[in-house]
Amino acid sequence: MNSIVEYFTDIFKGLSSLWAGMRVTGKYFFSPGAIVTQQYPENRATLKMEDRFKGEIIMPHDANNLHACTGCGICEMNCPNGSIEILSDRVANAEGKLERVIDKHIYHLSMCTFCGLCVKTCPSDALAFGQEFEHAVFDRSKLTKVLNLPGSKLRKEAK
Amino acid sequence: MSEEIIKDVIVGENEDYIINMGPQHPSTHGVLRLEVCLKGETVKYLTPHVGYIHRGIEKMCEANTYQQLIHLTDRMDYLSAHMNNEAVCMIVEDALQVEVPERVKYIRTILDELNRLASHQLWWCAFGMDLGALTSFFYGLRDREHILDIFEESFGSRLLHSFVMPGGLMHDVHPNFQKRIKDFIKYFRTKLPEYDQLLTGNVIFQNRAKGIGMMSRETAIGFGVTGPSGRGSNFSCDVRKIAPYGAYDKVQFNEILETGCDVFARYKVRMAEMWESLSILEQLVDNIPEGDFTAKMKPIIKLPAGEYFRRVETARGELAVYVVSDGNKSPYRMKFRTPNFSNLFVMNEIASGYKIADLIAISGSLDLVIPDIDR
Repeated sequence: MNSIVEYFTDIFKGLSSLWAGMRVTGKYFFSPGAIVTQQYPENRATLKMEDRFKGEIIMPHDANNLHACTGCGICEMNCPNGSIEILSDRVANAEGKLERVIDKHIYHLSMCTFCGLCVKTCPSDALAFGQEFEHAVFDRSKLTKVLNLPGSKLRKEAK
Repeated sequence: MSEEIIKDVIVGENEDYIINMGPQHPSTHGVLRLEVCLKGETVKYLTPHVGYIHRGIEKMCEANTYQQLIHLTDRMDYLSAHMNNEAVCMIVEDALQVEVPERVKYIRTILDELNRLASHQLWWCAFGMDLGALTSFFYGLRDREHILDIFEESFGSRLLHSFVMPGGLMHDVHPNFQKRIKDFIKYFRTKLPEYDQLLTGNVIFQNRAKGIGMMSRETAIGFGVTGPSGRGSNFSCDVRKIAPYGAYDKVQFNEILETGCDVFARYKVRMAEMWESLSILEQLVDNIPEGDFTAKMKPIIKLPAGEYFRRVETARGELAVYVVSDGNKSPYRMKFRTPNFSNLFVMNEIASGYKIADLIAISGSLDLVIPDIDR
């Protein structure tokens, strides 16, 4: 007798537990509330990443094509993966003193792990994180980027 | 034709029938190969084979400075990335005897708990899916997204945020940080009961999870199974309680212990830990003291020669870091005692004698992250 009661209680309990789950899914089926899914490739035009988003490393240039990189090499030294290479020249300035000027600030995106040490340690705040995140390309060589724009110069701070 | 093939495979009645589960099996959540010896449908014994994604992180640490190697520890247990970072940072702070500002301790502890919540949510998704419940996967990921958004706003990355540095944080948290966490706590308190309705109470799930994968307390201690998996066997191993770090000595929380020893007990521990994490977050989020986000550190960190040891509680168990320094700016030897490595090798003990379908539930209940095993 007991086992028969147990048998039917088990069936009843099982069905009620299934119903509890179905009620949750049913609730969301009829009143989904806030829709959290983003239609990603379609919403590209309006998609805005967070301000601090770690996309790729960029070197901000102002309107006169001036950047802040002095070519000190601290970012190159701090990078754990060797994804930054700085090719610098020594150029005589107006007073005839030799001054270090960057020729190319090469950034290997393929090796970067986005740890943020270069941006953090840069003494002149020449580097920043960009918002770009679609890094897929067909050719590996496109992942090696030169960060300073052609013809750009070092911004001389008024002292 | 087919009979010949079967004859080749099954050589004799007493021979073991061995199949490979993995390295590409979806339920192993990574590249793990389990060599399973079967008798019919019953598992006789199994041998885990690791090393498919060994990257030599311990060796790579020896070539990097203490600031640089932080981002490598992210890649061990990527679901508790913050705790891994924190362990290395605390070892450096211990060695240099740097006093970290209170604000940093509070923020680190908040991040610990957020990360633990995100990890347990993902485990809940994946565990449900291992047992065939696709609904749980979507519901869990929906809520996890809120935590990842908080991470993204403050640190710029969602999963592998090398946000802590020796001495403090990389930069201060976003002004919205506290408000968003409070919103999340309120939101998640309404959603967590749904988890119970969907999966915990479900009769099919309970029938599959109860009474399998029995791990006695002795086995758990013997194999060093820590974290929620060990606490499901009534093994008190919460480092947050035993050796409090960060702001854990300032909050009230319970160490969740279950005596069931089976898959369902480990499930219940994790579900209860989510509630505990929410209460820890609630106690901390309003009391973050003002102050600096980092202590004064030298740009080049050199640990004094000697040995250093530190352990933290990740979402999966006890992570211990051991550093031997010879006084240079990179460690002479770095050793990680990762929780998943110990948790994996108890599999043979707890899965033998159960059916091969139970093996999926058992490996899911241990919540393995394979890169943490191989590292």
